[in-house]
Amino acid sequence: MRIGVSNMGKGEYKIIVGLGSCGIAAGGNKVYEAFKEVVGKSDVPVTLDETGCMGMCYKEVLVEVIDPDGKSMIYGEVTPEKANKIFESHVIEGKPVVEWIVKADDMQTSEDSFFNKQMRIVLRRCGAINPESIDEAIAMDAYKAIEKAIKTMTPEQVIEEVLNSGLRGRGGAGFPTGMKWKFARASEGTKKYIVCNADEGDPGAFMDRSVLEGDPHAVIEGMMIAGYAIGADEGYIYARAEYPLAIKRLKIAIKAAEERGLLGKNILGTDFNFKIKIKEGAGAFVCGEETALLASIEGKRGMPRMRPPFPAVKGLFDKPTNINNVETYANVPYIILNGASEFAKYGTEKSKGTKVFALAGKIAKGGLVEVPMGIPLKEIIYDIGGGTSSGKKFKAVQMGGPSGGCIPADLIDTIIDYDSVNQTGAIMGSGGMVVMDEDNCMVDIARFFLTFTQKESCGKCTFCRIGTKRMLEILERITKGEGKEGDIELLEELCENIKKNSLCGLGQTAPNPVLTTLKYFRHEYEAHIRDKKCPAKQCKALIEYKVVEDKCKGCTACSRVCPVKAISGEVKKPHKIDSSICTKCGACMATCKFDAIIVE
Amino acid sequence: MSNKCCCNERSHYFDKFDEIMAKYEGKEADLIPILQNIQEAYGYLPQDILDELCNRTGLHPSQVMGVATFYSQFRLKPTGENLIKLCFGTACHVNGAEKVAEALADELKIEVGGTTEDGRFTLETVACLGCCSLAPVMMIGDETYGRLTPDKARKIIRGFYENRGE
Repeated sequence: MRIGVSNMGKGEYKIIVGLGSCGIAAGGNKVYEAFKEVVGKSDVPVTLDETGCMGMCYKEVLVEVIDPDGKSMIYGEVTPEKANKIFESHVIEGKPVVEWIVKADDMQTSEDSFFNKQMRIVLRRCGAINPESIDEAIAMDAYKAIEKAIKTMTPEQVIEEVLNSGLRGRGGAGFPTGMKWKFARASEGTKKYIVCNADEGDPGAFMDRSVLEGDPHAVIEGMMIAGYAIGADEGYIYARAEYPLAIKRLKIAIKAAEERGLLGKNILGTDFNFKIKIKEGAGAFVCGEETALLASIEGKRGMPRMRPPFPAVKGLFDKPTNINNVETYANVPYIILNGASEFAKYGTEKSKGTKVFALAGKIAKGGLVEVPMGIPLKEIIYDIGGGTSSGKKFKAVQMGGPSGGCIPADLIDTIIDYDSVNQTGAIMGSGGMVVMDEDNCMVDIARFFLTFTQKESCGKCTFCRIGTKRMLEILERITKGEGKEGDIELLEELCENIKKNSLCGLGQTAPNPVLTTLKYFRHEYEAHIRDKKCPAKQCKALIEYKVVEDKCKGCTACSRVCPVKAISGEVKKPHKIDSSICTKCGACMATCKFDAIIVE
Repeated sequence: MSNKCCCNERSHYFDKFDEIMAKYEGKEADLIPILQNIQEAYGYLPQDILDELCNRTGLHPSQVMGVATFYSQFRLKPTGENLIKLCFGTACHVNGAEKVAEALADELKIEVGGTTEDGRFTLETVACLGCCSLAPVMMIGDETYGRLTPDKARKIIRGFYENRGE
């Protein structure tokens, strides 16, 4: 057995196990071990390898088998038992196990729709290479763009190319990347820094993590190109501490690049020097804000400061600094290597290229998707994502995390570009897309996000620190059935003032989840406050579990599962729920096989 | 001061801290990595170690405590034997993470943030573990448990207790 595609023998089978974070969470390591065992016992020469995220998180664990003639087939939902069968049947007997295949070169599968509308620029190497092998990355064009830049282009030409590509910041705000670089280049000073914001803090977003885990070299190369463009010789990657695998793979990638002379002094025989350090975050959402992030690298509490001066003028350790996020940097090598127009041919007039989204929540086919800008939301949710996982009616999609908003079902024809999404009141954000069905209460969703931002407010600005607290109290009251007339108006007033009077993006956008739900789902707020009803039947204080007598067979399953013994009744006779004891945990409803328990 | 019972142990108690300090210059920019290293070595940030950190680096206690209490990763108290990190990200929330939290709190007879009396479990919620397609998710130690229901979560905890008896 050989391990690693770079050591691969010709005419051999290759087995590649997807070992991104979600692959591992789904049991990927056990599958890898199972293959290792059967491959080790067999005489057939096989190369066993691992790769990063292939995107189809809903089908994890994913395993790609490549035939000796280069044909690829990907198996989904692989378990150690299935691994044995795949090896026996596909590799030994040459008969692929068709029913488990989710993607194949020369075969249609039920999952093809997941890929048909995607376009992979950022994720071009994710899931295609072993992220711990620099050779595999280089075989797929890694570090060609930096070579082109430093050997054939001036820094000004690099900036011009990025400007012409129309690339805008993928961290959420959408500021033109080339412009940012231009400012940093123009700043005086011999010492400048490049910073990569990998503090992906939005709950429900995992794009940057997947890129770092699947193709760390793309980010390193993007930072190097930025360094060359602005005149910096040192870079920092500020990564979330919650992403241990991403940090591990980045460290391996940086070390490999140093050993090859791709990082360090006199890179590729030129006088360009560049080194990269990793700084691990320590769990503070506000550190996604650039000035807070810089404070954190400097060892301080991560609190934002006034701008100007902007980091391009006075940033890390008071030196001119360029900050972009992971996805932005990962786009850069493609632009330099293929030219601005090749990138700009995708997208809309003002939003060029592609965008990576983490599709999650109540979606049938959740995962990591990359789509050209300009695609309608509808195609992402239905054609790629396969609609809701529950089969129930699609209600809204939350975009942009705690700074974003909910786009309702009526606006599903909205196209994906910065301006169209902004018009709905949501924001493009970094790319979290959480789908909700009719069972989700929108007041509860607003409360959920406010709980988050309230906890994460750094406390510097009064409006953010206290205003979000007051908003949260009102929302909690409403979901508990204690809402009062005037609450909605009070919320609106607080929203406006917090937006206006907060220093940084966290505070300025914290009201967005409330504002958008008020805009599109005001009737739900009103139902909670006036009728003391939760239309989605989620808010515990406003619902009651009941037994439908006609349907109840008296099987006693519910009374056995009830943790507080609130259900009584004789065998084979309809049961009753004592609502004074019931904690509304829903265990009875989940257990009942006869749909005899309902929520009112 | 409960971490040391005699002079001999005291010296060993600081060994790990000495090793950490040897790696850093002790400048302000090193503070977060130093604290991360201390937490990895000791499981939390013990007060006596923090005092020693201030003595050796000259950083003011208010500065060290300011940073230690600002970032949610740092804890000033030890955790139970098994740390449960229940994901409260958006995808987990819309898929019922709160009900799972209630079931876990009830099963362990603790509040979120608390540690069981026998010291076996600490229950925490985290913002996002990033495996949204498996929502709701929790991690116990390094193991991830996905597609949880309140019932499944209770059974996982019971499994831990049963295994110890074997």
